[in-house]
Amino acid sequence: MDPEIKREIIMEHYQNPIHKHHVDDDSYDMVNTANSSCIDNLNIYIKFEGDVIKDIAFEGEACAISISSTSIMIENLIGKTREEALNIIDNFENMINEKDYEEEVLGNAIVYSDIYKQNSRKSCAFLPYRGLREALTNKGLN
Amino acid sequence: MNREDFPMLDEDIIYLDNGATSLKPKCVIDKMIEYYSKYSANAHRGDYDISYKVDSEYEGTREKVAKFLNADSDEIIFTSGATDSLNMIATGFFGPLIEAGDEILITTSEHASNVLPWFRLQNKYGAVVKYIPLDSNYHVTLDNVKKMVTPNTKVIALAQITNVIGDLRPIKEICKFAHENNIFVVVDGAQSVPHQKVDVKDLDCDFLAFSAHKMYGPTGLGILYGKRELLESLEPVNLGGGMNESFDSPSEILLKELPTRLEAGTPPIAGVIAFGQTIDYLNKLGMDKINERELYLRKYLVDKLIKIPYIDIINLEADSGIVSFNVEGIFSQDVAFYLNKYKVCVRAGNHCAKILKNATKVTNSLRVSLAFYNTESEIDTLVELLANKDKILKEML
Repeated sequence: MDPEIKREIIMEHYQNPIHKHHVDDDSYDMVNTANSSCIDNLNIYIKFEGDVIKDIAFEGEACAISISSTSIMIENLIGKTREEALNIIDNFENMINEKDYEEEVLGNAIVYSDIYKQNSRKSCAFLPYRGLREALTNKGLN
Repeated sequence: MNREDFPMLDEDIIYLDNGATSLKPKCVIDKMIEYYSKYSANAHRGDYDISYKVDSEYEGTREKVAKFLNADSDEIIFTSGATDSLNMIATGFFGPLIEAGDEILITTSEHASNVLPWFRLQNKYGAVVKYIPLDSNYHVTLDNVKKMVTPNTKVIALAQITNVIGDLRPIKEICKFAHENNIFVVVDGAQSVPHQKVDVKDLDCDFLAFSAHKMYGPTGLGILYGKRELLESLEPVNLGGGMNESFDSPSEILLKELPTRLEAGTPPIAGVIAFGQTIDYLNKLGMDKINERELYLRKYLVDKLIKIPYIDIINLEADSGIVSFNVEGIFSQDVAFYLNKYKVCVRAGNHCAKILKNATKVTNSLRVSLAFYNTESEIDTLVELLANKDKILKEML
């Protein structure tokens, strides 16, 4: 993907992130995900319907990479099963760590395919995926 | 000034994170190499020539530090850093002394190292940590200290200069008032001792903690100053080699005199010896001159930043080289990342002052912390980079 298009997608999701709002609804699970080395701190809300992710929303403070990455993740994961979602998370993790990955399951998240070049930004991009993995494996749920 | 003394300044960077750690002059680096290559022996042995040399260099630094602070040399304890010093004070001195209901006064702008050791005393012994309110500039006033003091106040623990707001606290006046009310005063000097003259007798503080690496010295070394009679009752947190006179059984342990008693284990010898060079270097430059230069640079930066309409300066009034600010609408870390592309090193985040947000309502910021070796032209570069918001937005990813 052209670097300029990647930049545009990231900026669009940073400036107009999808589903960025507070959720006050018991049918959602909430997980907090934060980077200890910086100040990114997000609450992610997930609603399941059976095995399927029905909705995800988030709120909090974070850098452009974390916010856009969360928004893009949400766009990609709604409607997926737990298993599909975990597979996407694994592939995203592989991508940012320069390992083999299936590009086709990641959707727009491939805009971070070069993030390995900026070591300090890797944990920003992965932040929402880390939180969601905890939620999907039922660790760290509030 | 004196840029030629710092090898790191040959690197292609603009270093503006001196509050995190400072650069080291060549004389300090050379002294560490000298120790490791010419007389690399342990301290406190003295059975052979090079070991004797180590002892005399090691104790020589203690005398230099004592003189630098106007203290006596057995009031100077080498620790691993300001954090270690503050923990020793809180745990070793106040731990045995504190009782349930005793009050500890701090502020919300303290660094974690001057908060968490006191929280522990609250959690463990039922002491109560209270916060001296900050004024509209986030400064501490003697009046606000007086308002918070009660018959239960045991200790006031304050940074002399804080690491985000950069305000200079009226420590001398606070000590006078505190001592009239039988209250101890602990001073975190991590951000002050490197940048201005600190005289412990003039301040009359009971304890002072600071780190060598923030004052152009080696990492891994800190100083704990305490009044002699108080250090006598500071229980060693660490027990072990070097600090005991003799032991036969748990009930028969004889410890050494001060200051050795509080320096268990092999100390950071190379660091201590090299720190002697740091003190010589600072004395040669003159702390007043360093302070004057840094305050000039701060004003130079603030005068320029203030003209950029979308920059919010958090600490307009401060008596140090610390300037904290935000670029409106852009997360501080993204700005720091952008500046890094131009080799400008600044810090973004909450700067270990995690409860300061309660006062400032700002959860994170960019922090520039200046040192005397920074230049007007470095500041010009920083300001130029910040003066174009579109460029920041375009290049921050």
